[in-house]
Amino acid sequence: MADRPWIFRTYSGHTSAAASNRLYRTNLASGQTGLSIAFDLPTQTGYDADHSLARGEVGKVGVPIGSIEDMQTLLDEIPLQHMNTSMTINATAAWLLALYIALAERTGVERKALQGTTQNDLTKEYLSRGTYIFPPEASLRLTTDIIEYSVDEVPKWNPINICSYHLQEVGATPVQELAFALANAISVLDAIEVPKEKLPYVFGRISFFCNSGVRFIEEMCKMRAFTRMWDQIGRERYGVDDPALRRFRYGVQVNSLGLTEVQPENNIPRIIFSTLGATASKNARARSIQLPAWNEALGLPRPWDQQWALRIQQILAYETDLLEYPDLFEGSTVIEQKVAELEAGAWEEIQRILDMGGAVAAVESGYMKRALVESNAARLAAIEAHERIWVGVNRYQESEPSPLTRDGAGGVLLHDSRAQREQIERLQAHRIRRDASEVKAALRALHDGVSNGQNVMPLSIRCAHAGVTTGEWANTLREIFGEYRAPTGVESPLQLRSGDETVAEVRRRVAEISGRLGRRIKILIGKPGLDGHSSGAEQIAIFARDSGLEVVYEGIRLTPEEIVNSAQQEGVHLIGLSILSGSHLELVPAILERISVPLIVGGIIPEEDAEKLRAQGVSAVYTPRDYDIHRVIREMVEIAARAHGVD
Amino acid sequence: MTSQKLDALVDGVCRGESALIAETLGRVEDTRPEALPQQRTLLGRLENETVPEHGVVGLTGPPGVGKSTLAAALIRHWVDEGLSVGMVAVDPTSRRSGGALLGDRARLRPKPDERVFIRSMATHDQLGGLAPATRAAVVVLRAAFNWTLVETVGVGQSEVDVETVADSVVLVLQPGSGDTLQFMKAGILEIPDVLVVNKWDLGALAQSTRADLESILSIAPGSRPEWSPPVLGVSAQTGEGVAKLAAALREHRSYLEGSKELSRRRCTSRVAWAMELFSLRYGTYGLERLGGPEATRSLATEISGTALDVFSELATRAGLPA
Ligand code: B12
Ligand SMILES: Nc1nc2c(ncn2[C@@H]2O[C@H](COP(=O)(O)OP(=O)(O)O)[C@@H](O)[C@H]2O)c(=O)[nH]1
Ligand SMILES: [Mg+2]
Repeated sequence: MADRPWIFRTYSGHTSAAASNRLYRTNLASGQTGLSIAFDLPTQTGYDADHSLARGEVGKVGVPIGSIEDMQTLLDEIPLQHMNTSMTINATAAWLLALYIALAERTGVERKALQGTTQNDLTKEYLSRGTYIFPPEASLRLTTDIIEYSVDEVPKWNPINICSYHLQEVGATPVQELAFALANAISVLDAIEVPKEKLPYVFGRISFFCNSGVRFIEEMCKMRAFTRMWDQIGRERYGVDDPALRRFRYGVQVNSLGLTEVQPENNIPRIIFSTLGATASKNARARSIQLPAWNEALGLPRPWDQQWALRIQQILAYETDLLEYPDLFEGSTVIEQKVAELEAGAWEEIQRILDMGGAVAAVESGYMKRALVESNAARLAAIEAHERIWVGVNRYQESEPSPLTRDGAGGVLLHDSRAQREQIERLQAHRIRRDASEVKAALRALHDGVSNGQNVMPLSIRCAHAGVTTGEWANTLREIFGEYRAPTGVESPLQLRSGDETVAEVRRRVAEISGRLGRRIKILIGKPGLDGHSSGAEQIAIFARDSGLEVVYEGIRLTPEEIVNSAQQEGVHLIGLSILSGSHLELVPAILERISVPLIVGGIIPEEDAEKLRAQGVSAVYTPRDYDIHRVIREMVEIAARAHGVD
Repeated sequence: MTSQKLDALVDGVCRGESALIAETLGRVEDTRPEALPQQRTLLGRLENETVPEHGVVGLTGPPGVGKSTLAAALIRHWVDEGLSVGMVAVDPTSRRSGGALLGDRARLRPKPDERVFIRSMATHDQLGGLAPATRAAVVVLRAAFNWTLVETVGVGQSEVDVETVADSVVLVLQPGSGDTLQFMKAGILEIPDVLVVNKWDLGALAQSTRADLESILSIAPGSRPEWSPPVLGVSAQTGEGVAKLAAALREHRSYLEGSKELSRRRCTSRVAWAMELFSLRYGTYGLERLGGPEATRSLATEISGTALDVFSELATRAGLPA
């Protein structure tokens, strides 16, 4: 009998709850079978829309949800009892789930009927995604609170989605993806406190969110390895007897790191090949899939772009004969050998992490982050040296003009500049409308209850009903747990492209200019705002050090004031900002106007914006097409030299 | 540099103005020979203007024990007491590329509205855990701030230079590091004025490490009988014990001020700096002209003024350009 197709999702949300609601309803009407909500960065990091750190970010990369009113608008006329809703939410997962449950209660839908997923995986936030708030131990406590609550109260909910997706997006190898994700799952399971007989059931509620890249044979083998290893962990470590509860249930977003800004039409075949990795093997097939759009590296997708991505899935599921066969690879010795090889590597790495004290310890010590940063650097060095072919980027660069990007606005979704103001107005009106004394009481109960070790969920649901805001909820927990800064992973002394003449030449030039300046060229790499895309900054920092520069790098989420302060105290010759969230036009001027050090910017910057930035005084703008990083560094050195009159 | 400019810089530094401190640091970090005369004037003026109560604390210990995290906790403590803090954080230079990643700041995360000034530096070719400009930077920061912290790179064994730059040296260790024995062998345990077993939150292991250290110290007490170095359990992460560390530093400070030890240390530090400059510039050849390293050192001890003055005087006496 033919297999049923997986759930088709499109990761989306933007501007406001109302605008996103319209988008969801259109998508559902066009055959999408589940929701996948993208929240904006203030919502993900626990700030209200009128907080200074939210400047420029409200409604930009996702939907802003400030209180139960926004949640209500977001899901208006969408029947919650029939919906499968995936929420990409982590540090504030307990809060968003509380809002969802409170909304269901308001509209008369039973908790037990709710289906969906909260991502709720903080380990990968420290390692990749960047929207963490609290220290690892506190995060783990919140994570397990959500799990312990949902297994009884919202039994169809997937309370956690252990993510390997984001690890591949920062350069993880397949073995690292397997090992880090499974070690992470073990650390969560080990921390869960439920009666022993319930543990198998909890085990069965744990789902995964994986990546599948363009090397689809290996990726398919990786998915098979995941399936087998999870089964073995269930059996051996947690004594789960029921094979159904040991099934590796996973969703997929295919690789986006390999999608290019140049010749963006090539991304469509990349997406298709990548999808095969997660679908080809029936025994290791994804339960739900979301695909990026062809214009992934240009900016946010428009509805039409998302529709195209959805159609890929529909064609694969309904036109091809993929779903008509049992597993195609059972019995293949070639495949079996590859799977065994990945498994062996992953078991070894898992053991290493467990010996260190588990995933939390390996996050805190910086071990895992360093390993990922190293893999990413190796990947980029191979691309730079043309050892790894990237079509359109480092090979076959010539192209006919593309009709896809010809007509205005670069072919991406334009941000609605009124979004922030309107959201703030809504929020302020809401604050006036609600019952202030109940808000106060609910927050007090949250504070006291969480401090005393009570489960965060019921306390948060009460806050949700009372009309507490996202920022208020998060600030209450900040008071209890404090805030955390994760290791940056850039310290490891790497060997990049040894013996290469280009590199030697950059180093000579650096030494020469430094001699004339009287000290080594010193630069600051800064990440302003809430943007958590750290890889660009990390890699520029590493390649700059490799080129002989002295580099100050402080990690993500700095205010413009902090960056200016650091640049001044450190006496740097140049500031390099990395901004991928689309907030460059708000953030760059805030720094430019405060300091007179030469400034360059890199990230997802459309050409029209790059022109504006240069006109404001930015010395150079870099984007993903600049794959030769040592060359970029060489240009930075010349910019610094010119600005200080020593070129 | 005009004398007006000089006055402006010195005043600005003493008032704790970031922009002028940064500019002054840029000038004293300059390695070009032509920068030396103005550096001499600038540092001389700053030494004279420095309030004597301003203290310098060195943080040393192996990599990863939590020096930067501890510095952040100490800074927070001092700032809460209404004090101002300057800091030099030293990281290693990559020998292959000559570049460096100055990462300590990431743990320190100073807030722009506080009276905290942090400068990161790289070691370049220098051994001993300091950067070439550390000593000069300390003179600048000490003129501006109540406390100046110096975090050395955690090389472990050879990090003895920190005692010639700081008034109080804190050796930071972590539980069960097994380093204690090595330190004892290397004679490093004689240097610190305060010992910290950091990561106290790790529990029993931390307590046994402290006990080990205490028993070693009781056999081989510090070189100065009037001060016996305390061994403190601190958690930079939770803040436990940080107030005790601050109190110990205060106490050590009083001890220094109440004895000849402070001026002895400042003199040692001046001589070490002058010798460093002199041998960097003129090597064994220069030292031989003054009768060898020991003779040069005792000569240097007798010369007054700042380290740069001592350097010039040594050069002049050796018949070499100052
Ligand atoms: C990898 C990735 C992620 C990773 C990030 C991991 C990490 N720690 O960095 C993960 C999966 C976690 C992630 C998450 C999100 N992402 Co994302 N992500 C990407 C992706 C696919 C690649 C970015 C990347 O790392 N490239 C590799 C690095 C090395 O390249 P780079 O940063 O571009 O740097 C190069 C140049 O730009 C330049 N450069 C960059 N910085 C600097 C600095 C200096 C000084 C210099 C000289 C040069 C320079 O040089 C580099 C070398 O070539 C892009 C799309 C794409 N293909 O580009 C989307 C993208 C950036 N993400 C996007 C979004 C929306 C998100 C989310 C906000 C989604 C959500 N709503 O939750 C989240 C949240 C992230 C957060 N906390 O802010 C959007 C941004 C939209 C916009 N600008 O309008 C993009 C464009 C995708 C899309 N079309 O939707 N993402
Ligand atoms: N458990 C615990 N970890 C700490 C403590 N202080 C620092 N650390 C961790 O130790 C690691 C190294 O800290 P860092 O300050 O960079 O050390 P440094 O190399 O000596 O400057 C980091 O992972 C810190 O989070 C502490 O008091 N307790
Ligand atoms: Mg450090």
